[in-house]
Amino acid sequence: MSIIETRNLNLYYGQHHALLDINVDIEENSITAFIGPSGCGKSTFLRTLNRMNDMIPNVKITGTVKVAGEDIYQSGVDVEILRKRVGMVFQQPNPFPKSIYDNITFGPKLHGVTNRHELDEIVEKSLKAAALWDEVKDVLKKPAYGLSGGQQQRLCIARALAVNPQILLMDEPTSALDPISTAKIEELLDELKETYTIVIVTHNMQQAARISDKTAFFLNGELVEYDATPVIFQNPSDKRTEDYITGRFG
Amino acid sequence: MVPGVLFSSSLITVLTTVGIVLVLLTETVAFFGEVSIIEFITSDRWTPQFADKHFGILPLLVGTMMITVIASLVALPIGLATAIYLSEYAPERVRKVVKPILEVLAGVPTIVYGYFALTFVTPLIRSLIPETSIYNALSASIVVGIMILPMVASLSEDAMLAVPRKLRDGAFALGATRFEVALKVVVPAALSGIIASFVLALSRAIGETMIVTIAAGALAQVTFNPLESVQTMTAFIVNISLGDVEPGSIESKSIFAVGMTLFVLTLTLNLIAQFISRRYKEEY
Repeated sequence: MSIIETRNLNLYYGQHHALLDINVDIEENSITAFIGPSGCGKSTFLRTLNRMNDMIPNVKITGTVKVAGEDIYQSGVDVEILRKRVGMVFQQPNPFPKSIYDNITFGPKLHGVTNRHELDEIVEKSLKAAALWDEVKDVLKKPAYGLSGGQQQRLCIARALAVNPQILLMDEPTSALDPISTAKIEELLDELKETYTIVIVTHNMQQAARISDKTAFFLNGELVEYDATPVIFQNPSDKRTEDYITGRFG
Repeated sequence: MVPGVLFSSSLITVLTTVGIVLVLLTETVAFFGEVSIIEFITSDRWTPQFADKHFGILPLLVGTMMITVIASLVALPIGLATAIYLSEYAPERVRKVVKPILEVLAGVPTIVYGYFALTFVTPLIRSLIPETSIYNALSASIVVGIMILPMVASLSEDAMLAVPRKLRDGAFALGATRFEVALKVVVPAALSGIIASFVLALSRAIGETMIVTIAAGALAQVTFNPLESVQTMTAFIVNISLGDVEPGSIESKSIFAVGMTLFVLTLTLNLIAQFISRRYKEEY
C-alpha cells in the first residue's frame, strides 16, 4: 500500500515553476531515493511532503499530496501533527545547542510527554535505534556539539525517531560526512526501514543504488523516471536517465 | 605608522577610563577622610546640604533601585516580546519599517523624555490616583522603561537573528509551533545576547539622569511607594553640581562618593551578567 501519493503536484517560487506535475506513489516500509543534478527540484519535492516549504515566502503549491490517505494541503490540517508523523533529517547535522539528552526529549516534550521515566525510555530507545546508544550512554548530559559530525547526524536521526514518526524524510543526510560515518548511516537506514518508510534525497548515485528499493530521477523540476532501483540503474527507459547515471552530465 | 595611530586611539580610551577611576578614587578617599564609611553604608538619612549633615547612601540607593526595577518591569518583557515578534513572526516588510523606528526612539534626547514624564505621564497617573505627588518615582521610571525599551528590543532581536536557520528548521520538523521554536530554541540559543541587552539597559536605567531629575523629584528618602518623590544617585549629583556648592567642601566631595557607588554598582552588574551569560550560553 502507498503511504505517500502525490497527484499533479506543481510548485512555484514566485514566477519560477520549480516542480511540474509530479505523480509519485511511495510504498510503506521501503527506501525511496530521489536523485538528480543540483537544482532539479528533488529537495523541494521532499520538503512538500511535510510542508517545510510553508516557511518560505511566495511559494505556491497546486495538486494533492496524500500522506496515509489524508490530503495534507487541505485547510484544517494540523501541520504540527503532520510533521510529527513525517520526520525530517537535514543535510547539515543540526542538533540543538543543548545536551544529548535534551536533544532527544525536545520533540516528545513538545507533544506532551513529561514523565521522567518515560522520557528516559524514549532516549534509550531512540539512541539505540539510531545506533548511537553505546557511544553516548555515559555522556547523555554532555553538549551535543561535542560529538563528531557523523555522531551528530545519528543524533538528529534519533531525535526525529523520538516522536515516533511513520515516515522519515532525509535531505542528503550523508553529504557532510566522511565515508565511515556514511557507511554507518546507510547500514542504519536498512534496519530502520523495517519500522519506518524512508524517503532520501541523495547526490550520490552509488548511495541510491546501494540502499534504495525504488529510485526517482528528477531533472529541471520534472520527474523523468520512477521505478525499482535495479531497473533505473541497469535498464532505464528514458535516455536522460541513462545519460545521468552513466555520468554524461550532472 | 598605521598600527601606531590605531594604538594611540585605543590608548585614549584606556587612559580616559583610568583617569576617571583615579579622580573618583582620590575624591572618594578624601570624602571618607571626613565621613565614616559606616555612616555612609548604614545611616538612612542623606542630608548633606542641611545644617544637621547626614551621609547615609541608603535613600539614594533605594531611589535608584526603585526607578531601575520599575523601568525593567516595563522594558524587559515588552522589549523581549518585541524582539521575538520582529525576529520570528514579522514579515520582512514590517521588520524593515519597525526596526528603524525603534532605533529613532533610542535616539530621542533624554530631556525630551523627562518633560514627557512630567507633563504627560504624571498628569495621567494623577488623574487615576489623585494622591500622587507631582514629582514621583512611578512616572519617571515608566518613562525610563520606555527609553531603554528600544535598546532591549533591538539588541535582543540582533542576537535572535544570528541564530542559524537550521536550528529553527530542526524544531519545526519535529512539529514545533512558531511560538515553541521562538521560546525553546531561538531564545535559549540567543540568551547571552539577550542578557547582554538586559544588562546594558539596566546600566542605562541606573545611570539615567535627566528623566529622574526632572520628574522624580529631589527628596532623598527611604520609601518603597512609587507614588512619592525620590532622589536617585544621579539626580543628587546633578543637584549639587548645579547649585552654589563650594569646591572642596564636603558636599562637593560627596558627589564623588556617590559617583563611586554608582560605578561599583554598574560594574558589579556587568560582572554578574558576564557570569550568567557564560554559564547559560548555548553555543552554536
